This record gives sequence, C-alpha cells and structure tokens, in this order.
Amino acid sequence: MSNTVLSLIVLLPLAGAALIGLTGFLNERFRHQEKLIGLIATSAVAIPFFIILAAFLQFTSGHGEHHDAIRFSIIPWIETAGIKINFSYHLDQLSLLMGMIVTGIGSLIHIYSIAYMHHDKGFYKFFLYLNLFIFAMLNLILGDNMAVLFLGWEGVGVCSYLLIGFWYEDMEKAKAAQKAFVANRIGDFAMIGAMFMIFGQVHSLNFADINASAGSLGDNAFWITLLLFIAATGKSAQIPLYVWLPDAMAGPTPVSALIHAATMVTSGIYLIARMHPVFNVPAAEPVLIVIAVVAAATAILAALIAIAQNDIKKVLAYSTVSQLGFMFMALGAGAYTTAIFHVMTHAFFKACLFLGSGSVIHAMHHYFDETHEHKDPQDIRFMGGLKKYMPATGMTFWISTLAIAGIPGLSGFFSKDEILANTFFSGFDHGSIYFIVWLVGTITACLTAFYMTRLTYLTFFGEARYKTDKHHPHESSPLMTIPLWILGILAVVGGYLGLPAGVFGHNAHILNHTWFHGLINNRDLEHTMHEHIALEYGLLVLAIAIAVGVVYFAYNFYAKNGLEGDEKVKKVFGSMYKWMENKFYVDEFYEKTILKPFVWAGDNIVVWFDKNIIDGVINGSASATAAVGDVIRRMQTGYVAHYALIISIGVVIIIGYLILG
Amino acid sequence: MTKEQLCLLMNLTVFAPAVGIPLLLMMKQSAAKYIALIASFIPFVLSLILLSGYLGISGTPEENGFILYSSFKWLNMPGMDINFTTGLDGISIHLLWLTTLIFPISIYFSWRSIDTYEKPYYALLLLLEVGVIGFFVSLDLLLFYVFFEMVLIPMYFIIGIWGGKDRIYASVKFFLYTLIGSLLMLIAIIYAGLHSNSDFVFTTDYHRILKAGFSPEVQTWLFLAFTLSFAIKVPMFPLHTWLPDAHVQAPTAGSVILAGVLLKMGTYGLVRFSLPLFPVAANQFADVMCILSVIGIIYGAMAAMVQTDIKKLVAYSSVSHMGFIVLGIFAFSKDAMSGAIIQMIGHGISTGALFLLVGMIYDRRHTREIKDYQGIAKQVPVFTLLFMITVFSSVGLPGLNGFIGEFLVLIGTGAQEGTRVYAFFAATGVIIAAVYLLWMFRRVMFGELDKEANKKLVDLNRHEVGLLMPLIALMFIMGLYATPFLKEINRSSDPLVQYVLEKNGLVLPTVAPAPQPGQPVPAGPQIQQIPVNPNQETGHEGHNH
Repeated sequence: MSNTVLSLIVLLPLAGAALIGLTGFLNERFRHQEKLIGLIATSAVAIPFFIILAAFLQFTSGHGEHHDAIRFSIIPWIETAGIKINFSYHLDQLSLLMGMIVTGIGSLIHIYSIAYMHHDKGFYKFFLYLNLFIFAMLNLILGDNMAVLFLGWEGVGVCSYLLIGFWYEDMEKAKAAQKAFVANRIGDFAMIGAMFMIFGQVHSLNFADINASAGSLGDNAFWITLLLFIAATGKSAQIPLYVWLPDAMAGPTPVSALIHAATMVTSGIYLIARMHPVFNVPAAEPVLIVIAVVAAATAILAALIAIAQNDIKKVLAYSTVSQLGFMFMALGAGAYTTAIFHVMTHAFFKACLFLGSGSVIHAMHHYFDETHEHKDPQDIRFMGGLKKYMPATGMTFWISTLAIAGIPGLSGFFSKDEILANTFFSGFDHGSIYFIVWLVGTITACLTAFYMTRLTYLTFFGEARYKTDKHHPHESSPLMTIPLWILGILAVVGGYLGLPAGVFGHNAHILNHTWFHGLINNRDLEHTMHEHIALEYGLLVLAIAIAVGVVYFAYNFYAKNGLEGDEKVKKVFGSMYKWMENKFYVDEFYEKTILKPFVWAGDNIVVWFDKNIIDGVINGSASATAAVGDVIRRMQTGYVAHYALIISIGVVIIIGYLILG
Repeated sequence: MTKEQLCLLMNLTVFAPAVGIPLLLMMKQSAAKYIALIASFIPFVLSLILLSGYLGISGTPEENGFILYSSFKWLNMPGMDINFTTGLDGISIHLLWLTTLIFPISIYFSWRSIDTYEKPYYALLLLLEVGVIGFFVSLDLLLFYVFFEMVLIPMYFIIGIWGGKDRIYASVKFFLYTLIGSLLMLIAIIYAGLHSNSDFVFTTDYHRILKAGFSPEVQTWLFLAFTLSFAIKVPMFPLHTWLPDAHVQAPTAGSVILAGVLLKMGTYGLVRFSLPLFPVAANQFADVMCILSVIGIIYGAMAAMVQTDIKKLVAYSSVSHMGFIVLGIFAFSKDAMSGAIIQMIGHGISTGALFLLVGMIYDRRHTREIKDYQGIAKQVPVFTLLFMITVFSSVGLPGLNGFIGEFLVLIGTGAQEGTRVYAFFAATGVIIAAVYLLWMFRRVMFGELDKEANKKLVDLNRHEVGLLMPLIALMFIMGLYATPFLKEINRSSDPLVQYVLEKNGLVLPTVAPAPQPGQPVPAGPQIQQIPVNPNQETGHEGHNH
C-alpha cells in the first residue's frame, strides 16, 4: 500500500476531529445534527480499521519466516545536531494487533455512543474528543520511535482529561479529570527520564535502534527499565499511581469502555512489550521481579476493593485495575506475548462489560426520570432482575462475566491461565518469589470470579429492587446492543488464538508460535514446562475448578441471600471490610502525606523565602526601605529629570574612565 | 534581494517603530493608537520580508557566522573605534520576528484597555520596540548596551504610570534590579573594550572581542558581570522577585511584552555574549548555572502553585519555564542549546498568549483572583477553548510548541552523564506545571457557575480572537513541524556550542560529522567527542569536572 493510504490511518481520525470541531464551533446548527456527526466520526475510525485490516492481510500473505514491518511516514518533526525525529510509523505484528483492537473496538464504541450521547448538549464535542483520542492512541501504538509514542502517550492523557471532565459543571468530575492528568504526568516524568537515558547511550529514539542495541545498555538497563515501568504504572493504573482510574469513571460510560478499559490503560503493557529486549537484558532482571510483585499486589488490592463496591462502574473500574495487574504479572514473568494476549481478550470482555453497564445506566436513568425518583442509576442495590427487561444487555454481560471469571472455553480462561502458568514456572529458575506471585494471582482469580458474579447477579438476576407496576427499564436501541453482541462474541472466541501449548501442542498457540514469532522473545520457560508437564495439567485443572466452583458458589450464594449476601461477606472479612469499602484509604493517605505537605511547602517555604529572605535582602533593612522610598519620592517629583541626571553621571564616569584609563 | 538590500532592511527594521513617535506626538490624543499600530505593523512586515530573504540566502557563506552583517562608522576618534554593527543569524532572526509580532498585538490590545495619557503610552511602547529589536541585532557591545538601557526606561514608565495599585513599588523594584545589573555590565564592557587589543584602541566590536579572548581570571570577572545582568533579566533564581511584582502591576500589554520578548533578552545575552566571549569561565560556572536553573524551575513552579492571583501565577510559571532555557544553554549540548533557543520563541508565544487571555478576562471582571471565578467555561466557550489550548501549550504538551523546547533541553541535558542529574530534577517541573496550571484552570473554568457577576460575562469578540489567532496557530505549527524553525537555529547554535567546547578542550577542534540519527552508534566515545585531555576518561560532551 502506498504511503498516502497508510498515512490515512493516522490522519483520518485527526481530520475527523478537526472537521467536527471547527464546524461545530462555527455553526450552531451542525451541533444538533447528531447522525451526521456520528457518521463522520465513526468513518474516521472505521476506515483506518479497514486499512489496518488490509495491511494485516498483506502482512500475513508475505512469504517466508521473516516479516518486515510495513512503514510509512508523514512529515519530519524535530531535528537538531543529534536528534532526528519524524512522524513515522510502523506496522509490525504488535502494532497491527493493537491497531486492530483500537480501531475495531473504537468503531464499535463510536456507533454505541451515537445512541448513548443522544440529546447531550456536548454531542459534537464528545465525538471530537473521541476522534482525537483515536488519533493519539494510533500515534502511541504505531509510532516507530519513542518521541511519537510520547506524543500519543500524552495525547491520550489529554483526551482522557477532557472526557473525564466532560460534564465539567460538576466540580467532582473536573477534579477527577485533573487527578487523572496529574497522576499520568508523574508517569510521563519517568518516561522522559527513560528517554534521555536511552538517548545518552543509543543516540537514537527509534525502537529498532534501541532494541537492536539493548545488549549494550549494560547496567543502565536497570534504571531505564525501572523508569519505563514507572511510566507504565501511571498510564496503566498500577500501584502507586492507580488511584486516578476509579475516579475516571466520572466520564461518560463509552469513554470508560474505550479509554479506561480497552485501549489507553493498556498502553503501559504495550510499551514494555515493545521494548522487551531492554527488559531481557540481565541487568533488568530485578526490575522484572519488581513488576511481578507490584502487579500481584495491585491485582489483589483492587479485587478486594471491588468486592465491597456498589457502583456498577466502580466495580468494573477496580476490576480493570486488577486485570491490568494480571497483564503486568505476565510482563514480570517475561511472558510479553501473554500480556498482549490478555490485553486483547480483556479488551473484548471489559469493553462489553462497560458498554453493558452503560446500557444499564442509560435504562435506569430513564426509569428514575419517569418515576421521579432521585436514586443513583449506577447503584446496583437499586437494580436486580434486569435481564427480563434488557435481554441483550443481560446476556452479553453474563457471557463477559464468565469470560473474565475464567470459565473454560471462553477467552479470559486461556489468557489468564497462561499468565498464571508463566508466573508459576518462572518460580523454578528465576526466583521463588514468582511462586508467591502465582499464589496471589490465583487468589485474585477466585476473588474476580466472586465479585463479577456478584455484580452480574445483583444487576440482572433475582428480584427487581424497583417498582415495576407502571414503568420498567427498557432495553437500549440496536445501535447499542449490536456492539454488545459483537464484543460478546469476541469475548467467547478471542481465546482460541492462544490455546495452551502444553496441552494442545506447540503450534496450537497461534499468537506465540505463528504471529509473534521472531518479533517478541519471551523469557524461555518451555524447558521448565516440559520438565514439569504434570504440573501444567494440574494448574489447568486448578484454574477450571476455581472458575467453575467460585462462579457456581457466588451465583447460588446471592440467589439465596440477595442483597443480604453482602452482610455475610462483611462478616467473613471482618474489620478488613471497612478498609475495602473505603479503598484502603489510599487517596486519603496520598492527600495527607504528599499533596498537603507539597502545597504547604509552596506556601510556607517558597513564598515565605521570596518575601522574607530575597526581598528582605533587597529592601529589608529599614534604611534600605527608606532609601527606596526616597528614590520613589524623588522620581515622582520629576523623575525624567532625575533619570537624565543619573544617565549624565554615568556618561561622565564612563568618559572619565576612558580618558584616565 | 541581495545581501546588501537585506542588511539595509535589517537596519531599517530597527528604527521603523521610531518613525511613529514624532508623528504620534504631533497628532491629537485620539489618533495615537492608530499611528502606533501602523508604526508597529511596519517592522512586522519588514521582518517577514527579511525572514523570507534570509531563508533564501541561508546556507551561503557567512560573515563572522552571521548571514546578514553590516557595519557603519559610529563613534570614531583617535583611540576609539566603535561602530554601528548589526547582524542576523539563525538565533536572532527568530527573536526578531517574535518581537515584531508581539508588539502590534500588544498595541492593538491596548486600544481597549488604555484610556489615559495615550500619546506618551504609545510613544513609549514604540521606543521600547526600537530597543528590543536593536538589542537582538547589535553586534557591538556598546551599541548593545545602549539598546539594553533603552528597553529599561520605557518599561519602567509603562509599569509606573499605567500599572496597577502598587505600580510605584513594582516599577522601582524593576528599575533598581535591572539597573544594578546593567551598570555592572557597563563596567565589564568598558574593561573588555580597553583590553581587547594591544594597540590601545578602545573597541567594543563583538567579533574583535571574541577573537581577542581573555585570560581565565579576567574571563571569570567579565563573565560574572555580564551574566549577573542577564540573570536578573531572565530572571534566574534568586534574582527573580522583581518579576511577579512587575507582571502583576504592569498593564496587560506590558506583561505580554515583558514575558514575550523582554525576558528573552536575558537568555539571548547569555547565548550571544556570556558563552562565546568567556567560554572558559562559562564552563567553570556551568554547574552553578545549571543548579540555579533547576532550583528556579522547581521553585518557580511551587510558588506558582500557591498563588491566588492568576497573573502572579503566570509570572511565577515564567520563572520556572525560563529555567529550562538557561539549563539548556549551560548544558553545553548542541541538542539542549537548540532546545533552549526554540523554547525562547515557544515561551514567548504561549506566555504572551496567557497574559493576553488573563488581560481579556480582567478587563471584563476587574479581578484576577482565582476565587472570584468558577464555572465560567459554560459562559465563555470561545475563551475556554483558546485558554485551554494555551494552558496545554504552557504545560508542554507534545504537539504544541511548549513541548519542543522542553523536550530537547531535557533530552540534551539528560543524555550527558555529567548533567543527567539536572535533567532529572528539571523534569519534575513538568509534573508541577501540570499541577498548577490545571488546578488554576479547573478552579476558574469548571464547576458550577455560582457567582452573579460571572453570569454576565461576555465571550471573546472577533477582535480578541483575531489577536490570539496568530499565537494559537504558531503553537500548533511549531509543535507539529518544528524542523524548519530548528534548521536555522541549529545552523547558528551548533558552531557556537562547538566553539565553547573546543575552547574548553572538551572536544577536538576538528569538524566531525554529527552522529547519524537512525543508526545506532556503537557504545563508547564518538569521534567528535574524544577529549583532548587524556586524563579525562569519559568521552561525553559536558562539564569539566
């Protein structure tokens, strides 16, 4: 394909954003033409999807083992003596896959949003931001150098900021937006650090160059990978920077599905997978352990919080944090392709869950409007039995829940099992800490199956906890349910790209052994796995038992107890439940230990220093102040003359010096 | 156009604004603003012609490193040889068009906000413009000093007469600070003029002084005198306290010019004079300068964070952002230097726009206190959009102009092991910038529109949008396509850094090809980075530790 056509992948979403933005800005009538706006915005994402698909077909039809990336570039960007950066992009196995996820799911969510955002007064702005987001995200995953990635990296951050704060008249939402941006910026700081350390040694920011000379990084690889991981914790919501993601649910629900579940939050995983040769350097081995440990801690922490939440989106948000933790566990085990595999399956089922929750919220919102009740349309305590009124939403939500819980045959089962297997087998050769990581991961898998079943049950099954005599909630329009079905189907079949190699043979894992082969080199565990083949079967059986057992238990538990079930859960967790409900007080902790002291220092150290020390020296002493006052008086009484006098004196001094000197 | 014609045009541009002054003083009060606008628009047009002509002959043989170079006899007598020497290179050409762009914008903005003593006001602005343009093209130290002083006086009066409540304190503080610096510099210029040659002729010609060179001890003193003066102008920590006061008290146009171009006189001075004239001393003090810059970045940002006055917040943000520029200059890296120079332009555009926007909202509500606003985004959507773009430009968002300079400075500084630690600390400024700017933006723009006075706010009119448009457009153009801007900058700044490095024996005095980007360079020192001193083991460009 020609450079021009390929450039459209990146340029069309930008053009869509510009067109909608400018027209909407200038023409008031255009703002209400929702169908036209929706059409423009959706095409600006769908066309790139088909171009990427065509590139994918061209790529796979290529001969031989070795695939060369398809490259294209637009314009030069920055050039100095040592740095040369172009807006250039590459389509290789990794970016093709990510590109298809982003534009594919992106298109579906654009379609969904046409119905969801119907009658919102910011309709055109919403699609402008959404297109802009896709533009930034494509820069992030297609850019062939770190600078273009960084443009996308910060760009998605801004779009996320704009979309979280979309309903900015609510100050809480605006606060959530700001929190997201600042937390991301802390990660970006680390990213800049990684960039200049890399540039100092490789003298290039191109991924190809960096990865080719990863071996020469030596001990610096430790710091570089650590910084890259910190950068990833910002965007991908891991400890310690995950706190922004739950708050980000303030944005419209399609945004939560697209940005805060399926695409943007996985960019940290993409970054590490993209730069995995640097992580494979021996000096970076401790960092991989750090990643695995932090990931496991994040996964279980978020899962515990999720159990005690009643807001449907909050549960899904913590579930996302937890699932991102699983992806990082895979990275920490050096199983980069596995992490990407989970990125993909998670994108399917989590996007479906979020869109499903949007459909529910939409329906509950209308229902409460009709019945004039002032209740929170996101609170699952006011729901129940919704599958009767919303069969499509209910069905797809249930399927996705089973997928995330790891029910065998569905996509989440394959990717999650692979992650746990990889962490487990890493324990033999790479430090027994991986066994602990595996154990925490397995416990988290139990919790996941439990809280997701709880969520689904309390929302869709059992008795309705709202009046159904006159009004009842309604299923959403096909614009919303069709995307749900597509994602639901993908959540079922997506896993077959990566069948467990140990059971079905080397070639059954299409992703690892055909697709990523030659591009991404996972840490080699095959040997260990073969040695302990029985254990691998054991793990598989254990995973199946957990998923099926916990889902069965949770379903019956809530079927029997209804909302009362939560009381029993509370008893089980004892005093910890209060901590879970309150998110372990992490926000409060940050507020007290970081934010407050920082602002205090600004007020009481910096400004104080300015006033009392610096200005004190300058006009502090009484006589100096008096002198200043004196000067002012003189200047006020005829300052022009005085200035002329000063100048004249100066000139005399100069001339005198010249003559005498 | 030929080189001679372009040189003539360059000298005309310097004095073009002055043409308006007598005209304006002769006419009646109400005509002043029209004349002033035209008189400031002429140099803008001239500078665009100059720019296109410059680009046309760029790359041709240069005179003393300057593509345009002209010299007239000025103060010549026995024992004294001082010429009216001016020139343009890839650094000053950019500052020239920035200056001639900022002035008409400021003057047009003043149309609506200045209604007292209009004649002297506009006359002073035009005089100020002469001073700034003259400063950027001077290649004679005395001439340069005259223009430097010429800037000080009008600015002093503009703050002192048309300023806010505490204008007298602010203007005197501004005056004394700057005067102390410039007097020291004057002494240094005189010393340099006397000792630049052995034949007892007093000359302040830039290139003759450059060629003469000074012993390291003398360099130290001269460097300190020059640099102190520039550091006040920048302003660098701890010499910055005049800036917030001056900004808050100055009328909007004064703030725009101050932030847009006047501060750049300090950093330009460092690049043009402190570094090449006193390279050994510059290297000696490089670490001090870098440390002060980094302190300034963090300190300015933290001070900005806790301000309650929007204008003061923007003023402190300048202290922080200007720190990046000085850091880039004293990192002794070509990439960081290019970054510092493009950051001068970038900061001028984005901070200029920020002050304009603050001025626009101030003219409507007559308050700059953050707490007096809230939720006005709903009321003034156009203002919100333009303000947001400008804030993000100031935050350093990739794709907008603010990013390019900060990125290059950080990459250039951080790539060298000797200066890496500074880059790490400076990069925290990137976080704090997001904190203070977005925090302010949220408190002003978002939330519920709860105050009666704000419900009557009128959105920006066509004139105001038109004023901001050139700046907004430049934010995007420079942010997405910085290469053409950097091309001319690199052409002039690379040899400058090379020269300073050579003088300090940090690189071999041979011209080696720059490392080819896109090709991994094998680890170890590069050809051009081999130290002359065999004792120095690390081969990176950087400070002599």
